[in-house]
Amino acid sequence: MDCCPSIKNVLLLDSEGKRVAVKYYTDDWPTLAAKLAYEKSIFTKTLKTNARTEAEIAMLDGYIVVYKFIQDLHFFVTGGDDENELIIATVLQGFFDAVGLLLRNNVDKRSALENLDLILLCLDEIVDGGIVLETEASVIASKVAANSLDGATSLSEQTISQALATAREHLARSLLK
Amino acid sequence: MAQPFVKKDDDLDEEEEYSPFYGIEKGAVLQEARVFHDPQLDARRCSQVITKLLYLLNQGETFTKVEATEVFFAVTKLFQSKDTVLRRMVYLMIKDLSPSADEVIIVTSSLMKDMNSKTDMYRANAIRVLCRITDSTLLTQIERYLKQAIVDKNPVVASAALVSGVHLLQTNSEIVKRWSNEVQEAVQSRAALVQFHALALLHQIRQNDRLAVSKLVTSLTKGSVRSPLAQCLLIRYTSQVIRESSTNTQAGERPFFDYLESCLRHKSEMVVFEAARAITELSGVTSRELTPAITVLQLFLSSSKPVLRFAAIRTLNKVASTHPLAVTNCNIDMESLISDQNRSIATLAITTLLKTGNESSVDRLMKQITNFMSDIADEFKIVVVEAIRSLCLKFPLKYRSMMNFLSNILREEGGFDYKKAIVDSIVILIRDIPDAKEIGLFHLCEFIEDCEFTYLSTQILHFLGNEGPKTSDPSKYIRYIYNRVILENATVRASAVSTLAKFGAMVDSLKPRIFVLLRRCLFDSDDEVRDRATLYLNTLGTDASVGGTDEDVKDFLFGPLDVPLVNLETSLRNYEASDIPFDINLVPKEVKSQPLAEKKAPGKKAIGLGAPPSGPTTVVDAYEKLLSSISEFSSFGKLFKSCSPMELTEPETEYAVNVVKHIFDGHVVFQYNCTNTIPEQLLEKVTVFVDASEAEEFSEVLTKPLRSLPYDSPGQTFVAFEKPEGVPAIGKFSNLLKFVVKEVDPATGEADEEGVEDEYQLEDLEIVAADYMLKVGVSNFKNAWENMDPDNERIDEYGLGVKESLAETVSAVIDIVGMQPCEGTEVVPNNSRSHTCLLSGIFIGNVKVLVRVSFGIDGSKQVAMKLAVRSEDPEISEKIHEIVAEG
Repeated sequence: MDCCPSIKNVLLLDSEGKRVAVKYYTDDWPTLAAKLAYEKSIFTKTLKTNARTEAEIAMLDGYIVVYKFIQDLHFFVTGGDDENELIIATVLQGFFDAVGLLLRNNVDKRSALENLDLILLCLDEIVDGGIVLETEASVIASKVAANSLDGATSLSEQTISQALATAREHLARSLLK
Repeated sequence: MAQPFVKKDDDLDEEEEYSPFYGIEKGAVLQEARVFHDPQLDARRCSQVITKLLYLLNQGETFTKVEATEVFFAVTKLFQSKDTVLRRMVYLMIKDLSPSADEVIIVTSSLMKDMNSKTDMYRANAIRVLCRITDSTLLTQIERYLKQAIVDKNPVVASAALVSGVHLLQTNSEIVKRWSNEVQEAVQSRAALVQFHALALLHQIRQNDRLAVSKLVTSLTKGSVRSPLAQCLLIRYTSQVIRESSTNTQAGERPFFDYLESCLRHKSEMVVFEAARAITELSGVTSRELTPAITVLQLFLSSSKPVLRFAAIRTLNKVASTHPLAVTNCNIDMESLISDQNRSIATLAITTLLKTGNESSVDRLMKQITNFMSDIADEFKIVVVEAIRSLCLKFPLKYRSMMNFLSNILREEGGFDYKKAIVDSIVILIRDIPDAKEIGLFHLCEFIEDCEFTYLSTQILHFLGNEGPKTSDPSKYIRYIYNRVILENATVRASAVSTLAKFGAMVDSLKPRIFVLLRRCLFDSDDEVRDRATLYLNTLGTDASVGGTDEDVKDFLFGPLDVPLVNLETSLRNYEASDIPFDINLVPKEVKSQPLAEKKAPGKKAIGLGAPPSGPTTVVDAYEKLLSSISEFSSFGKLFKSCSPMELTEPETEYAVNVVKHIFDGHVVFQYNCTNTIPEQLLEKVTVFVDASEAEEFSEVLTKPLRSLPYDSPGQTFVAFEKPEGVPAIGKFSNLLKFVVKEVDPATGEADEEGVEDEYQLEDLEIVAADYMLKVGVSNFKNAWENMDPDNERIDEYGLGVKESLAETVSAVIDIVGMQPCEGTEVVPNNSRSHTCLLSGIFIGNVKVLVRVSFGIDGSKQVAMKLAVRSEDPEISEKIHEIVAEG
């Protein structure tokens, strides 16, 4: 409680519960089997819920899991039992929106896998060793995109300024809500 | 870069599996990694290969040591490329490979170069990678750069250095502590997240220095923290400071409370919630302090965001355990949450409502819960069951609807833990609410008809055996029990046989029929079942065939085993097969903690099936049997009360003696339980000489000596006194243990012929007024109170002077009168200024007594008490006042 808010893992699974990209920051699940079992358990327990418009939350095995689904992708962020739920939710929202920006709102499993490098960089920019690094989606996306600027890669058609414009538009929309 | 992937898998694209990584194989990718060695690096291709490698790792694939080393060396070559994307991927790859110390050296210089590069993105990432893989020697080399990075004007670089600092503090705290000045500067940063990371690091550096943390909080709470995350941290540190300082400044305004309260008006919900939660968790929080926090949480309850609703209800749920009244304002909002789509929220809402609910809302709540139970997970159900159990104990009159609810859910699907929670709850309700007994037992019978858990079946059968025979119509349970004998596995069958035998022994009218059933069990396929049946038939069957009276037989079969199992086990282990049969009387009865005292403690600790059912009564029964077996005491009439044992010797002395006071209408019997702890001695003619000169109303009538007291085998001696009938006479008695001691040869175990008379001083014992009071609870105090004639009420007020706390005073008064607190009123909420305690009991002469005692404490800790007593006899009411006045 007295320490820094910490994130235990960030998971991106597909509609069958298989991994797209996952990142664990603690030893709570020491083995691959334990990790997979945890993923299966949260996947099945949240499967029937409707987490498409608003992030949903559940308490499972003594962890707080905040999750959101889009198309065939399931986003999860896990925090400890006594963590501030809203901080976990903010991390999830940052991840979710950043992925949306990077994939230009074409968020599904296929495009996530085709741009797996971006997803992995995105994860790397959000949380470092359990500590929240950045939660603002547009900042995360720009950090990831800044790398691929010269590379003329998948973001080629969209320059960084365009990405930021999209981000601003997102922000404006959320403010108007 | 997506292009080539798609091209490669083009032919598979139409198929169901459209992943660009379809058919990926570790060996092939490792082959592909050879491109890293190309003199002309194709940056894009290299990135793709790294992505594939990372994909494999992410899917749980592992590289062997050799493979990992090979990949690592290949990757280091890629530092030659100037491609930024590739560089980022290289960083990721290095972090994921977590290279060993000797490998790290190879990339160190490249990373250090990047750390000082002009590209901020390189710098930030190189810092994070380097700190991840570094060790302390390397750290001293780069320390200078890290210090600079902390105060860098680029927030990304500063954050990277600060976060790395937090990680490094675990392993290299000495080095990181030297950065304190830079970190302090970074706390003032304008960048939100830099501030957050700097604050986290600064606090961790100083966390063992209370004063420094307190100063930090004092300076920062004045304002200047901008980021919501940093604000949350500050709230946590503030409550830590409050917690540590609260010990010395109890009175008056809480320091920093204003700050917490101001955070409730912050524009970020995250901060508002953090502050609200911090307030509710303050130790000894007052309702005035709670109110603003509860108000914001209440607003969150109707938020459209599930996360907010969940956070709020979870916090309220915790508050409801300690301050139910503070939460009742939110009841309406919480009731609407029962139908929440999110089951976690709904469960929390239910259990919170159960904690705050009042008697009138119970039925409505139960209805709502029933609808909702079927679609939540077992772990939630257990929470609900436990909440219902405590609710039922709070409102015993509502047992019917709750019992029905429990039996309904018992019939539904569920795992062992869930079923056990339900069964435990039913057992507790049966025990605490006499009216609920018959339906409760009936529900349990139904349950074992179709119970898949052997453990639960046997526990329920045992419980039935104890409780069933005491009901109005024991015969109706026989069918259920005998069905077990026919249908179940051996373990359950054996325990069903024992249960049947108990019915047979306790209910004479059923005996012949039970015997028919038991005889059928003689042909069972299992040894244990047959053995048990044979034993019961032979002991209970023909009149006193094994010896002793009917009572003895029952006591032998079903009485509590008066030796601790551990001791029995040791004795059996030490027993060597010989002509001498094993004698259970030689098993030492003393354990470190007095077993009788343990069972007697009527605490809620020993709840559930695991505990001996109806512990207190069996102990009293055992005493009653013991006393009635001594002919001298038979004329004393019915035993009114046996007090719990009181030690008369220090622990670990030569002779251990404790005393049990047995109160009769016109007599008092002291039962001295003596244990000889010296192996070389045999004590004979053990008596206790009691000097009753300070107990004028008592006169000794007889002494029953203990003939012999061998080593480590307890025995009893009794002294009986006569006293005025029905009068709660009090007095002090001094005790002297007298005996003849004989030397014992440890080798042969034979005692000398000659003995020496000796004596041993014991501590004094007292008969106090509370000894004449039987702790008997009433299920509905209010009804009982109103049914008592108000003319017999006596009210008086007492000033008790300065006391440490209200809770302590309440328990002291309860001890003085020796009555049973009702409806949980013995618990005084933290920091409350006044409290009302409801007590009930039966005074000697079978007079029902009810007491309502109100306490108040003022600022200077002066305690005042108002005592209202109602009883069936006004004189007794007076007497209670006398007792209190003297106590």
